[in-house]
Amino acid sequence: MNELLEILSDLHPEVDFSTATNLVDGGILDSFDIVSLISEINEEFDVTIGAAELTPENFNSAEAIYELIKAKLDDED
Amino acid sequence: MLFTSYEFLGFLLVVFVMYYLLPGRAQWSFLLIASYAFYFMADPRYLIFIMITTASTFLAAKSISDHKASFDVWFKEHKKEMEKEEKKAAKAKEHSLEKKIFLCCLLFNLGILAVTKYTNFTISNINSLLSAFGRADGLSFVDLVIPMGISFYTFQSMGYLIDVYNGKFEAQKNPLKFALFVSFFPQLVQGPISRYADLSQTLYEEHRFNWKTVSFGLERILWGFFKKLVIADRILVPVKAIIADTDAYSGFYVFAGAMFYALELYCDFTGGIDITIGVAETMGIKVTENFIRPYFSKNIKEYWNRWHITMGTWFTDYIFYPISASQFMMKLSKKSRARLGNNLGKRVPVYLSSFIVWFTTGIWHGASWNFIVWGLGNFVVIMISQELEPFYRWFHSKVNVAGTFGWKLFQVIRTVLIMSSLRMFDCYRDVPLTIKMFGSIFTDTHLWQFNPEAFVAMGITIDDYIVVFVGLIVLVTVSLLQRSGSVREKIAATAAPVRFIIWYVLFMATLIFGAYGIGYSASQFIYNQF
Repeated sequence: MNELLEILSDLHPEVDFSTATNLVDGGILDSFDIVSLISEINEEFDVTIGAAELTPENFNSAEAIYELIKAKLDDED
Repeated sequence: MLFTSYEFLGFLLVVFVMYYLLPGRAQWSFLLIASYAFYFMADPRYLIFIMITTASTFLAAKSISDHKASFDVWFKEHKKEMEKEEKKAAKAKEHSLEKKIFLCCLLFNLGILAVTKYTNFTISNINSLLSAFGRADGLSFVDLVIPMGISFYTFQSMGYLIDVYNGKFEAQKNPLKFALFVSFFPQLVQGPISRYADLSQTLYEEHRFNWKTVSFGLERILWGFFKKLVIADRILVPVKAIIADTDAYSGFYVFAGAMFYALELYCDFTGGIDITIGVAETMGIKVTENFIRPYFSKNIKEYWNRWHITMGTWFTDYIFYPISASQFMMKLSKKSRARLGNNLGKRVPVYLSSFIVWFTTGIWHGASWNFIVWGLGNFVVIMISQELEPFYRWFHSKVNVAGTFGWKLFQVIRTVLIMSSLRMFDCYRDVPLTIKMFGSIFTDTHLWQFNPEAFVAMGITIDDYIVVFVGLIVLVTVSLLQRSGSVREKIAATAAPVRFIIWYVLFMATLIFGAYGIGYSASQFIYNQF
């Protein structure tokens, strides 16, 4: 989780990602951010997130993103 | 049948009365008949195209959905006795089969769109190339039918297909219900590009006559007519005059033309969408909003989240994300980070995907280099504004203006000016002429020679300009009021006499000052051509 929070903070240092729950719906993360994010996640966690998974529900909070990464890791195991 | 024709109003009245006279369970079937009749009246040949898209998409989506369902059942039954590699192989095999069906349908329908819309554009480019190599005998242009709204219904259908392929929902089992989703007449000609998950919520339901819904819908239709007939069609006259005579109208007149066009396009397009959403609303059907006061945006990125929203989200979800999340882009991202460093490298896939999206957005708007350059112009502006973000952060840390009215006003004016400059590519004959006329704003503006009478010579009177100006004030006032909630809800909360006075004034203003009036065929809605 800490690695993810670090990646997110690099994108928007002004946001407290540990508590925010409306990252996409609130307009904090836009499509450019999401694409940068999935490429960082790919690099850091070695999981591939597909276009179909780029939904607001999966990216509205750090928690949701982390759950997505965990699910992908489980899937690949 | 134009939205601003007597035929359309008559058609609407008949559909509306029949819709509520019929039993609820027959309402959606009736809407399908009405939608096909609407399309048939435009040109019977169009029906063949929409039926082909409907049938192919329905069959492909259903086949994918059925395959998914039977695979899921089989997989659940057998997964315990399978090794990890076997599971992976089974999933890959299933995925490959679904992908084949999906790609066949996608390419087939995009192929129809490409052939009907872009054949002559391709021929014209081939001819230009041939003539550059000294060949005078170019290819002949072909006379093709371009079905009304083909870009809209093709994109709407392909969005549905992609969602089914991605397993977001099961395919619609009833071909007639799906046919209505593709052809629903209020949105057939100029969008919005609805998502099945949204529109299907209310499209097939039974609807009883509800005064509030109907009156809200009628209000929205009237507001759309006001914008289109009172403002857009009136200000279109000087816009056309300025574009037509580039010798007489350069410099400041080009700037004035760009501003007039900004107003005209906004009122034309949002007016049409108001009519679309209003018509659907009178029948209890909810169509997605396509605009949220775009000219109040603080930058171009935000503008595109508020202008033609359904097109923007379509391009983001179905082109930008699939390209940028593809294996190729992930590999490119790794390589570019390794070579260019993390900061610069991570931008490569984002900007490359964005470039493709804006190129496609441009060509979707029209088969011409003007639209391609317009699309790429948007890409460049967004890229620059993205790159300037650290500068703006630094600027705001030094100068405390961020929340002030003056700064917000500056941002709004900047958005309007940039978008109006880019939109000049819509107006002039070709790219070099557009650039020349844009340049003339800076090189050929002599305000001391400014002659107000020249504006009257453009085809409308001083009174017309006053009507447009008052219309603009009404428009801005309504937009400001919308920021604190629905204006129609506010009107509904007033006492009955006040409410009726507002309706009466709007109705009479549209009737009297819609000088070109319903039935006047001055201009088709601009987005009909897409």
